[in-house]
Amino acid sequence: MITLFGKIINLGILAFFLVPHIALAAGGGKDAPIVIVADTRHITGILAWWANLYNESHLYFALLTVAIIPTIGVIFGLIADVIMKKIGIDLRSRELAEH
Amino acid sequence: MEWLYILMPIAGVKIFWPGLIILGIGVGIIGGFFGMGGAWMVTPGLNILGFPMAFAIGTDIAHMAGKSLISTMRHGRFGNVDYKLGFIMLVGTIVGFEAGAQMIMWLERMGNVEIIVRYLYLILLAFITWMVFSDVYKRNKKEREAIAAGKEIDKLATGIEWHKTFQKIKIPPMIHLKTAGIYCSAWLPIMVSFITGWLAGILGIGGGLIRMPSLIYIIGCPTYIAVGTDLFEVMISGLYGAATYTFKGRTELLAALIMLVGAAVGAQIGTVATKYIKGYGIRIAFGCAVIGCAVSIVLKLIPTYFPSVKVLCDATATVTVLAVVSILSLYIFVKMLAGARKEIASKKAATP
Repeated sequence: MITLFGKIINLGILAFFLVPHIALAAGGGKDAPIVIVADTRHITGILAWWANLYNESHLYFALLTVAIIPTIGVIFGLIADVIMKKIGIDLRSRELAEH
Repeated sequence: MEWLYILMPIAGVKIFWPGLIILGIGVGIIGGFFGMGGAWMVTPGLNILGFPMAFAIGTDIAHMAGKSLISTMRHGRFGNVDYKLGFIMLVGTIVGFEAGAQMIMWLERMGNVEIIVRYLYLILLAFITWMVFSDVYKRNKKEREAIAAGKEIDKLATGIEWHKTFQKIKIPPMIHLKTAGIYCSAWLPIMVSFITGWLAGILGIGGGLIRMPSLIYIIGCPTYIAVGTDLFEVMISGLYGAATYTFKGRTELLAALIMLVGAAVGAQIGTVATKYIKGYGIRIAFGCAVIGCAVSIVLKLIPTYFPSVKVLCDATATVTVLAVVSILSLYIFVKMLAGARKEIASKKAATP
């Protein structure tokens, strides 16, 4: 029962990420009235590709953003782990100081 | 000095990138330490750097998701995250947030509710401040009484003990939250998360500022578990928010990533600082952050009655928020540094 409940919650959360337009918060279900187009005339390389992706499909742009952010976060977190261990800070335990 | 500016590919503006890193560090420290996203601190900072408002919120949420992930990883290692409580709260928060967002849209159709929302926010912040400092005062009183009686106060003693009353409600199903050390009705975290989510939806905020004290005072979590669990929730809701805002084309990923470089460092400092600063130290600093937020709201309300001072009030509000961020992050950084030095020194002394 608990496993089934967990699966339902996970599917519900996944739906918000896969179909972000169903989210009613942050502006409601309809598209925002202003359309912003990225100006790609003065940029080259990866930035130009990124801006073009934005202009072509907000969906792919959103999916890629949502994938990049946690990936970068995990990488930074792991790098910091290594650095802190080198410094000598214990990252595995803490004393129960106070409520 | 052209190299200090970077062109944002989507917004099309040049931004002073070291400013983004510094802002990221400050907000990272505070977020990792208090367990909140800190949107109220980031938006004025982005404004000062010349960031277009259309992208400020989305960019902030995107960086917040990454920053909270880093902090949650660290808090998770310390055992500060109650994942079971986090997942239960997440469901209640999402449902409550949607209910609040729908309600505010319905109220907006009826008339201008902006001022009412700001007053509601202010009342809530005043209540949280009172709650935090009243708790600190009561605990100090208990400590003084214990010392006078020649005893030592229990390390787990608290000033305000509302959570004990709430935990007495035995409506099934009952749950055992092992990490937080709480046995209560499942309805308690569900209702708390729904109400805090609903308030966040009405106020148009992330909700960490309300959820963190609720976890402590209503559910009864130890301070550091409240911080870790709230960050876990901020991480997931941040990703959800990043998805919705990016889908609407309101996120500047490059700026979010630059901020994340600073926030990655800041989040580590803030999170590790919870290891060295006692629970009540975190609560007092949190109370000060809430006061800073409240002052900025008051300054935004003044021009409603005196439009001629709008420019002055807006500037003062921004300065206030940035000053609060700077002072608190400096305090946390110094404390973290002192604690780490002490730990390393004691380790060296212990090794033969």
